Amino acid sequence: MANNAPNLTSAPGRLNPSLRDPVALHRIFWVLTAVMLLWPALVLTEFKPWLLLEPGALTPAMRFVADFFPPRMDAEFAAFLLRETWRTVAIATAGLSLALLLAVPLALLSVRVLSVSGLSGRMARWPARARQSARWLLLILRSVPELVWALVFVRVVGLGPAAGVLAIALTYGGMLGKVYADILESGDPHVSTCLLRNGCGRMQTFFYGLLPQEAAELTSYTVYRWECAIRSSAVLGFVGAGGLGQQLDTSLKMFNGAEVASILLVFMALVWMADRMSAALRRGLA
Amino acid sequence: MKHGTRDSAYPLPPKLFDARCRSCWLMAAIMVLVVASFASLDLPWAQLAERSALAKMGRFMAELLQPAWGTDFVLQVASAALETLAMSALGTLLAVLLGLTLALPASQRGKHRLFWRTCAGLLLNGLRSTPELVWGAMLLIAVGLGPFAGTLALALHTSGVLGRLFAQALENAPPESAFVLRLRGVGALRVFAYATLPQILPQLISYSLYRWENNIRAAAVLGIVGAGGLGQLLAFHMGLFQMRETSTVLLAMLLLVAGVDALSYLLRLRLSR
Repeated sequence: MANNAPNLTSAPGRLNPSLRDPVALHRIFWVLTAVMLLWPALVLTEFKPWLLLEPGALTPAMRFVADFFPPRMDAEFAAFLLRETWRTVAIATAGLSLALLLAVPLALLSVRVLSVSGLSGRMARWPARARQSARWLLLILRSVPELVWALVFVRVVGLGPAAGVLAIALTYGGMLGKVYADILESGDPHVSTCLLRNGCGRMQTFFYGLLPQEAAELTSYTVYRWECAIRSSAVLGFVGAGGLGQQLDTSLKMFNGAEVASILLVFMALVWMADRMSAALRRGLA
Repeated sequence: MKHGTRDSAYPLPPKLFDARCRSCWLMAAIMVLVVASFASLDLPWAQLAERSALAKMGRFMAELLQPAWGTDFVLQVASAALETLAMSALGTLLAVLLGLTLALPASQRGKHRLFWRTCAGLLLNGLRSTPELVWGAMLLIAVGLGPFAGTLALALHTSGVLGRLFAQALENAPPESAFVLRLRGVGALRVFAYATLPQILPQLISYSLYRWENNIRAAAVLGIVGAGGLGQLLAFHMGLFQMRETSTVLLAMLLLVAGVDALSYLLRLRLSR
């Protein structure tokens, strides 16, 4: 009598071979590959979690964390922190305004929709090269991390907010320029081609054809980037660019846990408020 | 009908500032904010436009365009790049594990779990709001200089970000298969492992790969505060004003970031096919 049903009870606790996992070997291979890739990573990053529990490391760390619990909130320090928070916001706003000055011309230079020679097929050689170089400039500006720009500028213009403003201006100029170009190119090209074909100048085409279509999206992205700039400017303070980050760096170096705790709380409140304001602005403007 | 009136065929364009329009007031507030920022920061415009500052910038830029090509130095930069890559990969991996652990309580629905959901949510928000650089600076106190601090800093910050994304993915997963298993009496952890997780796994991997792209940039930059890798080399040479070596390190950073971006894009493409 042929028994076609799988025999599950041939031996207790042992599955019939036809029910074993067919990709078991496959899975074992990939797990072994992952472990082989993981091992050098663990060695290179000196991953020794037991170091965290050594008394020489644990005691100062625990003492530092214990200091957090009454965060320093006397009136003088609170006023100081408010001033530094305003400075952080001011650095971000000033940096983003300068970034707009950089981004808008470069974005207009790099879009295809404003190309007169491109109206009838392929763009001419020199306009295409000019647009390509504008795109490369934007790529370079946004690929260098802003902390690196801040390090360079601190050595040129000295410690203080000017370095942070310039670093944010360059990096965010690159980011904004690229996204502006993408947004402008993604709109409906019919209006701009009509205007260009009928003899409008490029600026006229931009202001009357492209901008009304895309203004909402452009403003929304700019306000989102302003919120990101506030977070960046707090971090840039670590290399001396002023604001909350510089104060945090000073307090950390002096192992003053109470001050670090208050600065962290103020920073989290700032990020939350910037998030709320940015959401409200995007609803109101767009 | 006169030109420029409301009923004419040629109405005037809308006023620039209309007291009844909310966005006009918002734009005015933004202008006030911008002017106040520039005024309160008191930037040294005269000093920036001065010839000596521009000449210094020009010299820096010129030196930055000639990278140093000595063999030992390039090998040193290559090993620092590997260290940064390992830091970012391991940090992202740890973040995935920690994020998934925190996302499970953070995404439960049901009144009796509100306490754990709030706790997990607060923890994730706290981990997420602190930038990696701040985590790195704090962890240096506990574990000293070196890439371990950087790995842990990346892991902690990214687990906050990924935990929130994973919790959203868990909440949006279709509940039918989990419901069927629950009906048969399977325990909650097994339901998660066999029903929910396989459904959302591609999305989770996609989020993780995207965060890896971000983390490679963060890892390069974390080294500046002492967490090892390319950043530490960069800060060292920049501190000695050795601009040629600095430009080699910058080039290595750009290449590493581009490489990881490309790899992550390819992997995500393969996943979605």
